[in-house]
Amino acid sequence: MSQESIQAKIRSNPKFAELVGKRTRFAIILSLVVLVPYYTFMFLVSTQPQIFAAKIAEGSVITIGWPIAALIVVAGWVLTGVYVSRANGEFDSITAEVLKEARK
Amino acid sequence: MKRSLTALIAGSLLAVSFAVFAGPGAIEGVEKQPVNFSAIAMFMIFVIATLGITKWAAGKTKTTADFYTAGGGITGFQNGLAIAGDYMSAATLLGLTSMVYFKGYDGFIYAVCFFIGWPIILFLMAERLRNLGKFTFADIASYRLDQNRIRTFAAIGSLTVVCFYLIVQMVGAGQLIQLLFGLEYNYAVVVVGLLMMVYVTFGGMTATTWVQIIKACLLLGGGISLMLMTLAQFGWSFENLFTKAIESHKLGEKLMSPGTLMADPISAFSLSLGLLFGTAGLPHIMMRFFTVPNAKEARKSVFYATGFIGLFFLVTMVLGAAAITIVGTNGAFFEGGQVGGKLIGGGNMPVMHLAKAVGGDIFLGFLSAVAFATILAVVSGLALAGASAISHDLYARVIKKGTASSAQEMKVTRIASVGLGLTAILLGIAFKDQNVLFLVALAFGVASSVNFPVLILSMYWKGLTTRGALWGGIAGLVSSVGLVILSPTVWVKILGNKAAIFPYDHPAIVSMTLAFFVTWLLSVTDKSARAAAEAAAFEEQFIRAQTGLGAAGAHAH
Repeated sequence: MSQESIQAKIRSNPKFAELVGKRTRFAIILSLVVLVPYYTFMFLVSTQPQIFAAKIAEGSVITIGWPIAALIVVAGWVLTGVYVSRANGEFDSITAEVLKEARK
Repeated sequence: MKRSLTALIAGSLLAVSFAVFAGPGAIEGVEKQPVNFSAIAMFMIFVIATLGITKWAAGKTKTTADFYTAGGGITGFQNGLAIAGDYMSAATLLGLTSMVYFKGYDGFIYAVCFFIGWPIILFLMAERLRNLGKFTFADIASYRLDQNRIRTFAAIGSLTVVCFYLIVQMVGAGQLIQLLFGLEYNYAVVVVGLLMMVYVTFGGMTATTWVQIIKACLLLGGGISLMLMTLAQFGWSFENLFTKAIESHKLGEKLMSPGTLMADPISAFSLSLGLLFGTAGLPHIMMRFFTVPNAKEARKSVFYATGFIGLFFLVTMVLGAAAITIVGTNGAFFEGGQVGGKLIGGGNMPVMHLAKAVGGDIFLGFLSAVAFATILAVVSGLALAGASAISHDLYARVIKKGTASSAQEMKVTRIASVGLGLTAILLGIAFKDQNVLFLVALAFGVASSVNFPVLILSMYWKGLTTRGALWGGIAGLVSSVGLVILSPTVWVKILGNKAAIFPYDHPAIVSMTLAFFVTWLLSVTDKSARAAAEAAAFEEQFIRAQTGLGAAGAHAH
């Protein structure tokens, strides 16, 4: 079967539209979940640095800035795990179906 | 071939030992340290092991696919370690710890900026890169655009970033080795250049990847061990660690909250843009996405890489904060024994002094060897990316129009690797004693303003045309390089002018915006037949990007 007809079949398969839609939405949402807090953090760090000077607990010397920055790093990594588990599971199985149906 | 490999290996070993013995007689300069034999011995073990791997890899490297991408046979986990290795340079270890040591919390903000690009690379780029690319990022940029012009331009973009980065690494290597090993600067540069040539020329991507993996493990292992030994000294209490740090540091309480580094919001924004999208435009990093068999493994590699990089950054933060007390109050680490004066070996040394303070000479030797190995691994990755831009993009595709045989292409690749190695040695020597920090800004500026826009738009925007991509790229290149020259670091500190013409050290806020704008404007106004054909070709590319249909598969052995 020619490459063009496989492509045409993929294009017309509603599952392909579903795959693209789902994955695009998911990627955009996760990107925003990373970038919005990050840029909020960067903005506040440069304009309102005193916010980050608050202590994590009474009598402690550690400011909330340290755990917040650590949280951005850890959360960024956890989100990559969230994306990979869904992409390698759900999205890849839809992809496999779409490809299989197109090659029929 | 076999014989020349053995000869080169012998040659580089000889160079190492020559440098060792030339060391003691050549102690000049104030900063040079006594020859550190345990460090050299441990580094020699690393060199012998990696040369052994190179020999094994050379046997497996038969085709161009083997050479550029290790035949696509690297697993997600291995590639994740290798990507992390590419990103965790010696500069990261020394630079981030020293930033926390001197500026406290500001160092952490900087680390977050360096980290944040990784999740974004995964969400927006990793699987598309894998599905569309074969050997280089120019494969993707020129997928449906003009092969000659866009590929040439993308190759120039790669080579520019590679060269800037190589200079930074070579100069860093020379200075570091002079300090840690007590070797002459020029010898160190030559040793790094020669070993890099051997790894890349003979072992290609397979050897480069394994060198990178070993080094990443050593660096992570070394960093974590040092952190544990250090935390033990503070009774495993962060509270205790920070209380002592505040007592010891001249900033006092200010150490714990944002300081002057990010005080200007626009400057902070420009820096973060450049680091975020520059990471996504580094050719030696992008090339790693083609070494795995499919999109699944490509995603996994970013997951592992992000984890290792994040972990490493957090470890460096603890090391930097601990060094404030352990190194900062010990006269033995200051010139003339004056606490608070000039650190022995310069401002980048806190983590090395920390290693000596808590782990003794043997551990310092180990960490020094790891730092040397790190530089070696990073320059190898860079050289491979540069060599493939020359041989795959410029030679095989643009000059030979795809008619070059695999053997011819391999030959050009090897010549290019040797050429890049020699160039790196010469540039390393030429830039000796120069302030090369601005080159990092340049590398990230060009990566974010030249490589990144064309790459992301070619994958996401149907309307991108050759004309738009070319002029947008030129606008990005000229503005990023121009603005770095006019920035405070170069215009004032290096060229000695009074005031900077462009007030920020990182150009991305202007140059990246300009690159995107010019690309957009000249694409939408492009009414040529070629532009229409390029838009029509998007569909096929889109389906391949989404499903992997027709993607380059793993090479069977």
